[in-house]
Amino acid sequence: MSCSCHSGTSFMNDIITTMFNKKFLEELFKPQELYSKKALRTVFDRLAHASIMRLNQASMDKLYDLMTMAFKYQVLLCPRPKDILLVSFNHMDAIKDFVKDTPSILSQVDETYRQLIEMYTPLSSGEFQLIRQTLLIFFQDMHIRVSIFLKDKVQNSNGRFVLPTSGSVPHGTQVPGLIRIFSCTGEELTRQQFNNGGNYNAALREGSFEIFGDRVTKLGTNMYSVSRPVETHMSGTSKNSAQHTKVSAAPNPLAKEELNLLARLMGGLEVEKPGNTDSGFRVNLFATDEEEEEALISRPDELSYGVINIQATKDQQANAELAKIMGEFTESGDQSPGASSKGDDLLAMMDGL
Amino acid sequence: MYHKEKSIQIKNSASALYNNLGVLRIAPRRLTYFTVVHANVVNMISASWDGLNYSHRQLQSKEPNVATSTSLIMQAAFCALPSRDLLVVTSQKGIQMYESDGSIMVYWHALDTPETPTGVSSGAILVFDVPSKGSNITLSEVLEEHKESITDMASECSGSQECIANLVTADDEGNLCVWKSGEEFQLLNKIPGFDMSCSSVKLWKGTVVAGYGTGQIRLYEAVTGILHAEVNAHARWIYSLDIAPFSGLLLSAAEDSLVRVWHLTMTPETNSVEVAHLHNECVTDTQICGAKFCDGDGYAFAVTGYDLSEIIRYVQS
Repeated sequence: MSCSCHSGTSFMNDIITTMFNKKFLEELFKPQELYSKKALRTVFDRLAHASIMRLNQASMDKLYDLMTMAFKYQVLLCPRPKDILLVSFNHMDAIKDFVKDTPSILSQVDETYRQLIEMYTPLSSGEFQLIRQTLLIFFQDMHIRVSIFLKDKVQNSNGRFVLPTSGSVPHGTQVPGLIRIFSCTGEELTRQQFNNGGNYNAALREGSFEIFGDRVTKLGTNMYSVSRPVETHMSGTSKNSAQHTKVSAAPNPLAKEELNLLARLMGGLEVEKPGNTDSGFRVNLFATDEEEEEALISRPDELSYGVINIQATKDQQANAELAKIMGEFTESGDQSPGASSKGDDLLAMMDGL
Repeated sequence: MYHKEKSIQIKNSASALYNNLGVLRIAPRRLTYFTVVHANVVNMISASWDGLNYSHRQLQSKEPNVATSTSLIMQAAFCALPSRDLLVVTSQKGIQMYESDGSIMVYWHALDTPETPTGVSSGAILVFDVPSKGSNITLSEVLEEHKESITDMASECSGSQECIANLVTADDEGNLCVWKSGEEFQLLNKIPGFDMSCSSVKLWKGTVVAGYGTGQIRLYEAVTGILHAEVNAHARWIYSLDIAPFSGLLLSAAEDSLVRVWHLTMTPETNSVEVAHLHNECVTDTQICGAKFCDGDGYAFAVTGYDLSEIIRYVQS
C-alpha cells in the first residue's frame, strides 16, 4: 500500500505513537501469561480507536478476524521457531517505514528494536519453540477463511492452512534423505539415501537479527502489497452477502471502495483531523451500512468476541496491569478531566503529552 | 506397507506439544487407552479392539479440592510399572498421577513457584517411589544433572535383563543423560548436545534413539556415547519418536506433516547398528505432534496433529 502522502496527521502515526508508548511497552515486555482472547481483543479495539478512526462492532470483528488469522498463518508457517523473531522484525521494518519522517515516533520505534534484540536474541531454539507452542494454543481451532489467503492458495476452503512438503528447509536443517552409519572410532562406514516423500531444497541464508538487515523470510511482510480486495468469510453467511467480489479484468466499484477503506485504515491516505471529535472518521468494512448491521446480527455466537468494558469488568483476566494500560489510551480529543480512579495518574500524564 | 484405518474422534483438538499422544494397551480387557492433551485438559479415550465401543473422559490439571485455576499441561504419559500402570500428567503448576483409566487421581506434587524453581524446567528429575497399590507415593530422589529443561525421558524397552542402562533423559539443549536405577539412580554417561533441543528420546537394547529440532535422528550407544548413526530424517522439528520393541521398528513424526517408519537392526558381535527406511505417511496440511505404535510389534500406529480433533490410525497391510 504505497502512498506518497505520509506527512502531517495520519492514522498510522496516531496508532503507532500509541503502540510504542514507553509505559505500554514496559508492560508488554514484562514476562507474563498469554492474554485471554477477550483481553487481547480489548487491547486491539483501544489501539484501533487511538486515532480518529471509528469502526462499529461488525467491522471491528472483521478486522480482528483478519489480523488473527494472518498472525496465526505467520506463526504456524515459521520454518524454525526462531523465525518468529524475524517475522517480528519484518513487522517492525514496515512500521519504521511508515514513520521514517517523524523523528519523535521513529526514536520510540528504534528503542523497541533494541529491547527486542536484548530480550529475544539470547533465547535458545527450545525456548523459541515453547513461545511458539504457547502462541499456537491461543490460535487453536481458529479456521476463519480469509479471501486473500484462499485466492493465494495458502488456505484451504475448510479454513486450514496449506503446509507444503516442498521448498527450502529451515536454516540449520539438512534436506531429508541421508542415513549415515559410523564405526566405533567415528569413521563413516556407509551412506544411503531414502525417498523423503517431498520436494525440498537446501536452506536459504539466515535472516538478520539486527536493527537493519535482510530478514530473508517473507512472513510478516505486507500481504496487501499487491492490490486486491480483502474480506473474511463466516461459514454459511457468505451466500447472503454481496461482499463476494469477483476477480475480473473489469474494475469492480465495490472492491475498489473496500480497498480504499482498508487503505485509510492502513494510513495510506491523508485524513484531516477534524476540530470536532463528533465528526470522527467512521470506517465500514462492508459495502453498505445495512450489510454491516446484518453481518453483526448474523455472526455466529462462537465467533463473537466479548469485548469488555474496562470500568465495569470483574473479569480476573483483566488484571490490574492491563487496566492500567487501557487507561492510557485516550481517544483523540478526549479531554475528560474526571477519570476513574484506575490509572488516574497515567491518564493525567497522557493528557499532558 | 500400512494403510489408513478409521480415525478416533476426540473432544478437542491436539495442542502443539512434543510427544502428544499416549497409548496403553490393556490386553485382558481387549481395549486400548489413548491420551491427547489440549491446553489444560487431557482427553482420554478408551477404544475396544473390535472397534465398536469408545468412551471419553477429560482430566484437568489442577490440585484436587483447591479452587485454583488450571494450568497448561506439558505432557501426559502412561507409565507401565511392574505391578501397575499409571497416567502421569505434568503441568506448569504440578505433577498429577492417575490410575491408568483416569478414574482416580492418586497423587499430586506441586511444583514451586517461579521464584524458587526446583521443578523440571530447571533440569531436575524427580524420582517417585510408587507402591503396588494405593496412593502412598513419595518423592524419593531428585536428580540434578541437566541444566536445561527436561523435554523427554525413556526407559529401556527391550525387556532384556542384560542392559546396564535403563533410563535416558533429554533436555532442551540436546544433552542426554544415561542412568542406571537402583536404591539410588546412578549416572552412567552424559552425551553432549549440539545446542539444539532433543524433543523425543527412546532407549532400546542399549541404544539411545534421539530426535532433534533440526529434523535429525541420532543413534548412540548409551553407556559409551559412541555415535552409531545419523539420519537427516525430517524437514522440520521432530515431535515424536516411538519404538516397537519386539520388531525393532522405529516411528518418527515431525512438523513437516510426515510420519516415517524405519527398521533398526543391532548386531552385538560387531557392535554395529543398521537403519533402514521402510515407509512414509503424509498427513496433509498437519503439523504432527504425537505418533505411537499401538502394540509391541508395530502392527498398528496412531498419530495426532496440531488443530486436529482426531487420532488417525494406520495398520499394516
